Amino acid sequence: MATAVAAETHGHPPHHAPTATGLNTWKLGFWVFLGSETLFFGTLISIYMVYKGQSVVGPFPEDILDIPLTTLSTFVLLMSSLAVVLALEFLQQGRRGLALFWTMMIIVLGSGFLGFQAYEFTHFYKMGLTLQTNLFGSTFFVLTGFHGAHVTIGVLWLLFLWFDMYRGRLGPQDALRLEVAGLYWHFVDIVWIVIFTLVYLMS
Amino acid sequence: MSTTEAQVTATPVRRVRRRDVIWDWLTTVDHKKIGILYGVTALFWFVVGGIEATLIRIQLARPEMQFLSPDVYNQIFTMHGTTMVFLVGMPIAVALFNYLVPLQIGARDVAFPRLNALSYWIFLFGSIFMNFSFFLGAAPNGGWFGYAPLTSSQYSPGLNIDFWVLGLQALGAASIMGGVNFITTIINLRCPGMRLMRMPLFTWMAFITSFLIVTALPVLAIALFLVTFDRFWGTNFFITQAGGDPILWQHLFWMFGHPEVYILILPAFGIVSEIIPTFSRKPLFGYAVMVYSGALIGLIGWGVWAHHMFAVGMGPIADAFFTVATLIIAIPTGVKIFNWIATMWGGKIRLHTAMKYAIAMLVTFTLGGISGVMHATSPHNLQQTDTYFVVAHFHYVLIGGLIFAIFGSLYYWFPKLTGRFMSERLGSWQFWIYFVGFHVTFMPQHWIGLLGMPRRIFTYYDELNLGALNLLSTSGVLVQAVGVLLLFVNVIYSVKRGAPAGRNPFGASTLEWATESPPTAINFNTTPTVHSRDPLWVEADRIEATVFGPVEPHLHMPPNSFWPFLTAIGATATFILFMTNIWWMPLLGVIWTAVCVINWAYEPV
Repeated sequence: MATAVAAETHGHPPHHAPTATGLNTWKLGFWVFLGSETLFFGTLISIYMVYKGQSVVGPFPEDILDIPLTTLSTFVLLMSSLAVVLALEFLQQGRRGLALFWTMMIIVLGSGFLGFQAYEFTHFYKMGLTLQTNLFGSTFFVLTGFHGAHVTIGVLWLLFLWFDMYRGRLGPQDALRLEVAGLYWHFVDIVWIVIFTLVYLMS
Repeated sequence: MSTTEAQVTATPVRRVRRRDVIWDWLTTVDHKKIGILYGVTALFWFVVGGIEATLIRIQLARPEMQFLSPDVYNQIFTMHGTTMVFLVGMPIAVALFNYLVPLQIGARDVAFPRLNALSYWIFLFGSIFMNFSFFLGAAPNGGWFGYAPLTSSQYSPGLNIDFWVLGLQALGAASIMGGVNFITTIINLRCPGMRLMRMPLFTWMAFITSFLIVTALPVLAIALFLVTFDRFWGTNFFITQAGGDPILWQHLFWMFGHPEVYILILPAFGIVSEIIPTFSRKPLFGYAVMVYSGALIGLIGWGVWAHHMFAVGMGPIADAFFTVATLIIAIPTGVKIFNWIATMWGGKIRLHTAMKYAIAMLVTFTLGGISGVMHATSPHNLQQTDTYFVVAHFHYVLIGGLIFAIFGSLYYWFPKLTGRFMSERLGSWQFWIYFVGFHVTFMPQHWIGLLGMPRRIFTYYDELNLGALNLLSTSGVLVQAVGVLLLFVNVIYSVKRGAPAGRNPFGASTLEWATESPPTAINFNTTPTVHSRDPLWVEADRIEATVFGPVEPHLHMPPNSFWPFLTAIGATATFILFMTNIWWMPLLGVIWTAVCVINWAYEPV
């Protein structure tokens, strides 16, 4: 569903008549969608919290979660949000080279985060924690997995934007396209901050 | 329609036209056409759900009947509930949102027309998918609430629950996209002067309903994902041996399920708030209070879910909280009822069939509301829960509230959709037959329930002395069936032969009546400017001058698109392919969807 909403806001913005509120229709629609996503992740996180400490068998979170490593991957993801801000700023200023560079940085950092997650998942698997092992495994993998899926969609979306920028089909006048993708990216980032705090730091 | 002259002359004219018409409907992004698609589809499922209801009642007509086996009975009552909520109640409201909201706020379409089409196609394919299970003899059989751990693969190993979780997931996604669309439309596409507090009440209720949809449906999505993971990949969310908590499912389901109740009823409140002022020749009494009480119902509707769970044993504090919250919600609802009565008070009432349905809704919904307040009280609830008393209650509010309003809306807006009236003579008969049939069916169920007959049980013993009341209830269903049949006869007859209606046949006050019947593709030649809540009563001349004036220069309407249809195929296929239990099969659907989505994104609009 995120992809469909992304598709709707990906192309060239229609030149609408002035809206009733003065807000851009795309941006507004995307904010509403993010509101819905909040409930989506809110429910997942609540379920994780409800089932915390309810696992009958190990491994338990304290045996397995690697806070230093995840701190690093969190840092990588947070820096990607900085890259979004810079990419958008340079695109709006019409400085194409810098915009291209920082958009690529978002993609690289986002992919880096996904790499960390892939490493973490396989590592946990080797340590004996799978989806099926216990409630911790079920809730942890589903929560972080859904988050990872959102990051993946974001990376793909940005790749398309980067190519459009590269081929000169996305200039300052269409900066809104990057802005909306940026909204999505920041949102996914914020969700990760909550997950990192509740799942890792408070384990 | 892009047929060139050459093509028309090359092939027989009739065939080309028919193909073009079908192509136009498959690719349409026009909110009015999508509204009609939603409406026709929902009415079709209404008939299917009605047949299921009839089968249930035949089975229960006499004690120890052998008409349906217990297993089939489980499938039928599950699909009856699921169909009526997800394939009838929600989409028929969305049908009206689609058709009316842009017209009522003076817009030319919704904010995201293609997304709107995608919502419809996913809804259509998802509904067909879920009902296809009947042909495999494996329709969902865990109740529309699908309580854990009954839905786990240990207790429900067949395909039944798979159809249910995957089908509902698709329908839920379609609803959320619709909700996003309508919130954005209502906030941003209002015509000049259409301030929030000037919007017609129906649009207001669509607005509040959309907020409930985008907040409540994600909770259901997660709950369904958990069951899906439990069933397909062996997670432990609702597996009690591993520490999983079936009560968590109940919380999640009803956290969605109770806002869902208001998702179903608020549109009905909106409809009645349009019909009553028109046929009383008076502005709606207490407009602002009507808006606020609607919003309050939406808000409090989020804090009452556990009144479905009093029998679980949540403890006195939770029970007390949810009892009080539920009783409080009766206040804004009561305010609405009194305001409708006050609107009629002293008005020049005309008893058109639509008005009859609106008044019948008031009476019947109030009866259902009162029985609702009875089992909102937790001690009382323990006596009534899971009995036919509850069945009687929610059919009073959902048929008496929602369906009466929907039928009323059909009589009311049919002239706008087709340019013709529905037959009043037939309508009057239809109304009385359906009204009587409804009460004969469901009134006795109050007693059946209080005498102790439980829900969801396929039969009962003769010694319980419930046979006579059950037979009475079943006989009412047959009367209702005649009523529904007459409705369809009336629709089909009137589409072709109804008396011509003109633009504003009932002298209503809202903007949709300023357009042609049916409205042109652009709705309004020039976007109107409004200065009041009842523009066609206060400033009709000026509004008409703009609506039928010269067409706005540089008008751009979104072109038809085939991508929503194709995307919906991919999205639904992804869900269906999960059923194969081969891990890479759903990826085919994902790839198909991705290709469509990319094309969609780069399609010029």
